[in-house]
Amino acid sequence: MFATKLKRIIRTGFFNFWRDGTVSFASVLVMLVTLLTIAFISFGGAILDTVLGELSSKIDINVTFVTAAKEEDILSIKHTLESLSEVSLVTYISRDEALQAFKERHANDPSIISALEELGDNPLGAVLNIKARDPSQYASVAQFLQSDNALSSGGVTIIDRVNYFQNKAAIDKLAHIISSADKLGFALTLFMVIISMLIAFNTIRLTIYIARDEISVMRLVGASTNYIQGPFVIVGIIYGLVAGLLTLLLLLPITYWLGNTTRSFFIGFNIYSYYLHNILEISLIVLISGILIGSISSILAIRKYLKV
Amino acid sequence: MIVFDRVSKVYPDNSRAIDEVTVSIEPNEFVSLVGPSGAGKTTLLKLFLAEETPTEGAIYYDSNNIHDLSRREIDAFRRKIGMIFQDFRLLPNKTVYENIAFTMEAAGRTDEEIETDVPHVLELVDLSHKIWNFPRELSGGEKQRVAIARALVNEPDVLIADEPTGNLDPANTYDIVQILKRINDLGTTVILATHNKGIIDLLEKRVIAMEGGKIVRDDKSGKYFS
Ligand SMILES: Nc1ncnc2c1ncn2[C@@H]1O[C@H](COP(=O)(O)OP(=O)(O)OP(=O)(O)O)[C@@H](O)[C@H]1O
Ligand SMILES: [Mg+2]
Repeated sequence: MFATKLKRIIRTGFFNFWRDGTVSFASVLVMLVTLLTIAFISFGGAILDTVLGELSSKIDINVTFVTAAKEEDILSIKHTLESLSEVSLVTYISRDEALQAFKERHANDPSIISALEELGDNPLGAVLNIKARDPSQYASVAQFLQSDNALSSGGVTIIDRVNYFQNKAAIDKLAHIISSADKLGFALTLFMVIISMLIAFNTIRLTIYIARDEISVMRLVGASTNYIQGPFVIVGIIYGLVAGLLTLLLLLPITYWLGNTTRSFFIGFNIYSYYLHNILEISLIVLISGILIGSISSILAIRKYLKV
Repeated sequence: MIVFDRVSKVYPDNSRAIDEVTVSIEPNEFVSLVGPSGAGKTTLLKLFLAEETPTEGAIYYDSNNIHDLSRREIDAFRRKIGMIFQDFRLLPNKTVYENIAFTMEAAGRTDEEIETDVPHVLELVDLSHKIWNFPRELSGGEKQRVAIARALVNEPDVLIADEPTGNLDPANTYDIVQILKRINDLGTTVILATHNKGIIDLLEKRVIAMEGGKIVRDDKSGKYFS
């Protein structure tokens, strides 16, 4: 009996979707806009993540050691730093490498090069370049570097300077911007998702409002709640599925076009290749959103008319 | 058995459509409900189908108060009642076949039963040739006959016919009355609301006359007074 009932509900749902062609077309269009919004919001999130990640990775701190510092002491500090949870990467630049880089940077400046040669000895100290997992964590890393235990070799500090303290204001500001952009992005996403869902809900509500007399007749001939509601839920699911598939299809040319335009804005982010790479995940998000919005809207909208 | 116990219905606009009606109808009775337009006939039938709730009083079917039934019980109760609505109330987006099939599906009948019974009942009301049409493609009388077929198809315990012949020509009217009589002979309680004096005289069954929401006459012999 249950199987027969389910079969009838599904069949009726498909029939109704097909027969109310114009209404279905309009609902699918509205749902399409909703799902495109949701898809673009997830792209937006990814772009924001990439851009913020890019910005974060541009922040680092350099610890310059005194020229007399022993390599093993520096490496042991490097080791300690790497064990800190805040730190994601520590790069060691030896004195020779520092000198090499310095020479390359000033290759076009003969006066500096000749001054360096006059000096004879390498004036540059070795450097540890530190990247934190999160921009807000540089303060505590710097704090750690200042504390005695990390820095002393036989009681004498071997650190010449930590550039965090020179750049503190800029780093803090950037960290603040990144965290507020993250929050704003989330709030905006939530807002847009809710608005677009409400629009889809209202459209479905309208289609059910049109059918209200029909629903009351079904009630009066003794049809059960599930039997009346079922086909409407199926229609809602079909709206979601059709709109979802159209969305996924439309995203191909849209992201392809956008990919070429946006690459120059967002360092290294190509929306088209992002879409292709994450197609499974995005398809799931779009289709499940469509199905849920369609079916839940139907259930909520029909309740009022089932009271007969 | 159907019992109306001091039932009144006041619509939200304060019009008193039913005023302290008390009446009982035995199983297998054939009752005609007559009275001028606006007397409250349709309202009385709507109250019985629990489409409207009484403002005062109670309505019983087999000693159950209809308006105390749960959702499931109301659905089950309505499946035992066949109602021919004065305004037909067909499902506009379903064909004639589907309109009737829907009622059978709702009652949990099998696909085989539906496939044999729908054409059969349409033949009974002489509408076999319109089986795949939509209601908007039918004349008033044809729609009315679909409504009749739908009410008959589940072999209800009670058949309620609200002005079922209002749009029919004399020949069709006669046929429908014969069908109602035959169904009544087979054991179905029939309640027929009508203006048609000819039908009442033809039937020679109990006649309840209403006016201004009250029952003004209840006559076993079957004459149309007014
Ligand atoms: N939904 C409603 N809201 C307010 N008043 C209503 C409503 N339905 C019916 N009425 C009023 O109740 C009274 C009885 O109406 P009802 O439809 O029961 O009459 P009737 O006897 O069936 O008339 P007819 O023979 O014309 O079908 C009328 O005065 C009508 O205007
Ligand atoms: Mg009436």
